[in-house]
Amino acid sequence: MGNTILKMQNITKVFPGVKALDNVNIEVTEGEIHALCGENGAGKSTLMNVLSGIYPFGTYEGDVIYQGKVCRFKTIKDSEREGIVIIHQELALVPYLSIAENMFLGNEQATNGVINWDLTNQKAAEFMAMVGLNDSPSTLIKDIGMGKQQLVEIAKALAKNVKLLILDEPTSSLNESDARKLLDLLIEFKETKGITSIIISHKLNEISYCADKITVIRDGQSIETLVKGVDELSEERIIKGMVGREMTNRYPARQHNIGDVAMEVRNWTVYHPFYANRKVVDNVSINVRHGEVVGFAGLIGAGRTELAMSVFGHAYGTKISGELELNGQPVKLTSIPQAIEAGLAYVTEDRKGDGLILTNSIKHNTTMSRPAFISKRGIIDKDLEKLKAEEIRVKLGVKTPSVEQDVGNLSGGNQQKVLVGKWIFAEPDVLMMDEPTRGVDVGAKYDIYQIINDLVSQGKAVMMISSELPELLGMCDRIYVMNEGRLIAELDAKDASQEIIMSHIMQDSKGGIGA
Amino acid sequence: MNTRKRTAKIDLKQYGMLIALVAIIVLFTVLTGGKLIKPMNISNLIFQNSYVIILAIGMLLCILTGGNIDLACGSVVGLVGACAGTFIIENGWNVYLSIALCLLIGIAVGMWQGFWIAYVGIPPFICTLSGMLVFRGITLLILKGMTLAPFPAAYQQLSTGYIPDIVNEFSLGGTKLNLLCLLVGVLIAVGFCASQVIGYMNKQKKGYENQPILVMVIKMIVISAAVIWVFYLLARYRGIPTVLIILGILLVIYSFFTQKTVRGRHLYAIGGNMKAARLSGVKTKQMMFFAYTNMSFIAAIAGLVFAARLNSAAPTAGQSFEMDAIASCFIGGASAYGGTGTISGALIGALIMGVLNNGMSLLGLSSNLQQVVKGLVLLAAVAFDVISKNNLIQLPKLFKNKKSSATIESV
Repeated sequence: MGNTILKMQNITKVFPGVKALDNVNIEVTEGEIHALCGENGAGKSTLMNVLSGIYPFGTYEGDVIYQGKVCRFKTIKDSEREGIVIIHQELALVPYLSIAENMFLGNEQATNGVINWDLTNQKAAEFMAMVGLNDSPSTLIKDIGMGKQQLVEIAKALAKNVKLLILDEPTSSLNESDARKLLDLLIEFKETKGITSIIISHKLNEISYCADKITVIRDGQSIETLVKGVDELSEERIIKGMVGREMTNRYPARQHNIGDVAMEVRNWTVYHPFYANRKVVDNVSINVRHGEVVGFAGLIGAGRTELAMSVFGHAYGTKISGELELNGQPVKLTSIPQAIEAGLAYVTEDRKGDGLILTNSIKHNTTMSRPAFISKRGIIDKDLEKLKAEEIRVKLGVKTPSVEQDVGNLSGGNQQKVLVGKWIFAEPDVLMMDEPTRGVDVGAKYDIYQIINDLVSQGKAVMMISSELPELLGMCDRIYVMNEGRLIAELDAKDASQEIIMSHIMQDSKGGIGA
Repeated sequence: MNTRKRTAKIDLKQYGMLIALVAIIVLFTVLTGGKLIKPMNISNLIFQNSYVIILAIGMLLCILTGGNIDLACGSVVGLVGACAGTFIIENGWNVYLSIALCLLIGIAVGMWQGFWIAYVGIPPFICTLSGMLVFRGITLLILKGMTLAPFPAAYQQLSTGYIPDIVNEFSLGGTKLNLLCLLVGVLIAVGFCASQVIGYMNKQKKGYENQPILVMVIKMIVISAAVIWVFYLLARYRGIPTVLIILGILLVIYSFFTQKTVRGRHLYAIGGNMKAARLSGVKTKQMMFFAYTNMSFIAAIAGLVFAARLNSAAPTAGQSFEMDAIASCFIGGASAYGGTGTISGALIGALIMGVLNNGMSLLGLSSNLQQVVKGLVLLAAVAFDVISKNNLIQLPKLFKNKKSSATIESV
């Protein structure tokens, strides 16, 4: 094997309230495919962002040593100049520009600012041939499929004279044959051009297929590095590294007092709002009981959010079919106000984007979900509003002197509590909580678990969608596992373990990609 | 005390513009040797700015929904004026029936625009740009490019008229005064004070947090004095202009709507975060539809008032009024991204522009120069907004040691 091309030493990256990376070490040898494995939120993408200069030098601790030199990348341009190119999970292509234009975006083939289109197209065609793309360079990006778009990204990287290629979940939106083609391409580049790749993927069978080395990251720490030919690289071995954290008492205990079925969903199918033929939820049947926390496990894109939102008054998706029963009564909820009225609440996973109005006060945010509670005939009783909002604030322990404070000024944990409080204010029977502890620190997490426990002790039903398996295992009575829009398993939390859940998902994904 | 510091912070932006308005009034009063605040000129100020203030009320609701503007409202002013002219002058229809019909036409126009914006998803800028051309064109078609005049006296009363006095002759200390006008001024002041006191006592009774008594008293004194003074000046001229009544009613209704009703709150929520509002059960499309329907309804009122003031239906009536209305809202502290802004702010913004116009005219400055000044004032006001937002943390510090009452006192 060759020389070490990249060494990241003792990398620590702190976000307000969260330590995303904690003393991470990784060493990549020239001309290898190095896989990064870890759960959602383990810190893989953060690490790659440190490497590529998205988080500039000085905002993290530790050293990035590339080709023997300590790097001080200020921007992504700096790292690209050194031949480090990152391809993100969400592709950064401009849909209404051509393949050639996209390929040389920011790297235009120009003299004195005037673009030479002949040269651009000719060069584009060269690089496209290398990745096996035989479309015309002037084809618009929007007219080619996801698989080809991924290839355009790689061709774009080649055009930048790439030495170290980083791919973040490159196959997540590809079908089986496109994914295999992509991996083979990486192997080919490694062998013929000596290009080093770092690949982040959830699909462990793909990693086993192409990786020479695997570094496992968990909770912002590098756990171990497995080497092909030395260590066993089976999926079971990788999963063990990914989830094998020690479990301390991070979840408050509660009395289990489970009652009747609060919400029953049968044969629920939802189609994508834009791609009318894509099923995002496929014939799912679930139920949640009073006093019960039911977890939903699955990878990003498994259809959990889509399921919850479509149940919540058809807030997402088209051609929604299936039956919904609340407390044994069949209901049809086709608008969000109806759903709120019927006693449903959906606590979004994206609190800043979809949940809170950051420029408004805690008070206004809290009462927004159910203005009828603070108004008569459409006229708001401002004093009552303040009183009620204050009650909720105290109940949830939002740390701020007053409900007049703008939500945008609060910490992530406090914002999350306001978001949860907003829905508690609406007095729902069934709370669908989507990633309720995303991006909040350990203390706030514990508080939110406590709030969930209080809710179920009052007989409310909680549906908890989370990508953190330990959280699901620690909090839930039952766990549904979803994958690619389908319900693939229902587990009693007592019998479940991270390994069992992960292997359900892997088994199912393999069914799709293997063969 | 916590509450006091907070009041000072919140009031900063609102009072900032109020202070600017007062400063401009004082400046021009001095520069014009007192001409600005002559009773007749106050009356003129109200006539000159009434339709811009009316339009600004409607515009504010649109801006609240996310910085969306309505470029068509100037054309709607023209269209409604043309309709009024055709109905009343050409066809000789009943004035009040014609007015009702014109308002309905305004609502219909608004529904047309609201439909495309809310339910089809056309960006408001483009949709109303189209409306601006379409409705101006229809105006020209209706009037065949000509001006219709004059309106009957009953219609003119709408804008240039005054409310007749209750007694024939009344004078105080040798000055002839309009008694009704004076009484109304006093009544408004008393009403305002009473509502403050009742509100205070209600809160006290229910044990809610209350404003400090001193702040309340100062607020009462300052506002009452200002109201009585303005009405006194009006009384020295010809009394209460009819249009002031229309304005007053609109300002009260829309202030109440935006500040106290659930629907009003929804407008702010949509502008603050459309997706979050939708997921909280706000009928976002319905509210967008409402905002634009309302805008054209308001533009119809402005159109009627303006036609009455011109005493004619002119094909160019209302041209570029939309710009004045938009500028008023932004000068008055509405955010260009939506979600913040008040009716009183829009009023203050419109008055700042109006006083600048009037004052510069009195000084004999050319209208070309006036445009430059108005443009710069708009830029300065929004720059103040943007900079104060970026320094959100530093600015309140300036006011930390003063009580909120201090801010008011300086008024």
